[in-house]
Amino acid sequence: MKNPMMNKRTMEKLKTLFTYYRSVNLWALKVFTRNLIVFKKTWGTTIAFNFIEPLLYLAALGAGLGMLIEDIEGMSYTLFIAPGIVATSAMWASAAECSYDSFVRMHFQKIYHAIVATPINLREVVVGELLYGTFKSLLSGTVIMGVITALGLVISPWAFLAPIVLILNGLAFSQIAMIWTGIVPKIDNFAYFFTLIITPMFLFSEVFFPLDVLPQIVQQIAWFLPLYHVVVLLRSLTTGMISIDLIYHTLWLIVFILIIFPLPQILMRRRLIK
Amino acid sequence: MTVVVEAQKLQKYYNSFQAVASIDFKIHRGECFGILGPNGAGKTTVVAMIYCFHPISGGKLSVLGRDVTTEPRFIKSRLGVVPQENNLDQELTVRENLLVYAGYFGISRAGARKTADELLHFFGLSSKANQQVEQISGGMKRRLTIARGLIHAPEILILDEPTTGLDPQSRRLIWEHLRQLKNKGLTLILTTHYLEEASQLCDELIIMHQGKILEEGRPLELISKHVGAKVIEVEISPAKRYAFLRSVEHLTRNYQLAGNTIYLFIPTDETATVEFINSYKEVQTYRVRPSNLEDVFLKLTGSGLSNDEESYDE
Repeated sequence: MKNPMMNKRTMEKLKTLFTYYRSVNLWALKVFTRNLIVFKKTWGTTIAFNFIEPLLYLAALGAGLGMLIEDIEGMSYTLFIAPGIVATSAMWASAAECSYDSFVRMHFQKIYHAIVATPINLREVVVGELLYGTFKSLLSGTVIMGVITALGLVISPWAFLAPIVLILNGLAFSQIAMIWTGIVPKIDNFAYFFTLIITPMFLFSEVFFPLDVLPQIVQQIAWFLPLYHVVVLLRSLTTGMISIDLIYHTLWLIVFILIIFPLPQILMRRRLIK
Repeated sequence: MTVVVEAQKLQKYYNSFQAVASIDFKIHRGECFGILGPNGAGKTTVVAMIYCFHPISGGKLSVLGRDVTTEPRFIKSRLGVVPQENNLDQELTVRENLLVYAGYFGISRAGARKTADELLHFFGLSSKANQQVEQISGGMKRRLTIARGLIHAPEILILDEPTTGLDPQSRRLIWEHLRQLKNKGLTLILTTHYLEEASQLCDELIIMHQGKILEEGRPLELISKHVGAKVIEVEISPAKRYAFLRSVEHLTRNYQLAGNTIYLFIPTDETATVEFINSYKEVQTYRVRPSNLEDVFLKLTGSGLSNDEESYDE
């Protein structure tokens, strides 16, 4: 027998769920714009620092360690790790933005409080922050793509599709970081986030070595890491090894982004609104 | 007069703690409405519910005829908010603070520029327009926060403890600005625990204590209703207090004990009481002054300022 009350409740739950996705709107864009205005004042230093770390990795691992390593899947070691470096820099850019930087805006500067007194609501503030985190991934990733292209480490025109991957990467990691920002009591607690989530992601997502050298179980776990899919996609694009599998990796990321999408908004509300 | 804010049986709980206990009040267009009370009385909670930050736990609250639970976006687009804690954007300059904030209301940067410059001029901040927010003084930050709350020409301006933590000079300057805004017809809602601030600015006020409204009305009416025109503060040794109060009672309207001081409230003429006190040799010192809201508050809360003294009411 059908229960009309039950139906009504389900409908309402769906409606609530839908409001999280509807927060991607022009109001959220205004929050993004605010961050962009601040960014314009400091973009020089931001981008300069973006260069340094990836270049150090490429120099140490590519030119140094790479000398001792034979070709992987027919690629030189430097060619193999270059797209991984792009992916991880983009991941760090988003994750840092939506953890430390968002926490400072939310907790110390009370910017979220100031904005929610305007027509913009907290859900839209969170989405605006996620958009900015995504922008950071796109920016950082694109800059380093430029660097590795100049170094001759991009050998296929498919690489022009890399910005799409960087946007998906940004959406995924901005959200993961923002979930923590909604939970952590103190800014110091982000250390756990980077040690337990971001660093393992960095090490076991096929950035430095192909996963098939590890036990089967590790490979299966890696499948659950968003960065793994980003790395595979970027490496395929920079080297031109295109196959139907790329669709699956892309879909994996899109589904992941959509599923966790309500979480940062729910947690931030729980944190700030009493 | 049009009612712009109406609360009916308004309640707020934080988990099981009752911050606001079923209160009713009305705010009319063009008035300065004060919410008075000590820290923790529930003032901030009430205004935060008006500007749709805290969801209400019970009752009904409407602002400009709209329900806060269903139409926050409409309400917030017509309210200016000056929170207790400065939350200016520290990564922006003084002028940018106004322009970016205007953007949150959907006002274009070009459109906001003129209003921003007018507001900076009105609040005496024109010369600081291009400075970083951290570089300006506390009083200026407060004025900038008020200017920010006015950037979209709101119908109501909410000020949560606007002068807390400011020096007397900055405080008076802010009062002057608020008075001018009121004269232009803006509705002001003000919370404060400075009773002088409330008597200087408010047309109507409610006195809150522990989440309840103890009393409401116009400041002068409240003073004459509860404490009369004059107050005599008397110092006398605790042992002699009771006898003194018994014999002076018929010359006062009411009294209150706070700390070691007895406050005698005198309806109109204090001459007879002063004569009596002069003749009463156990009185150590005394002082006559006009009564103010502080006395009303003291009388209503009855709590005195220290807890180790018992009231003589029993």
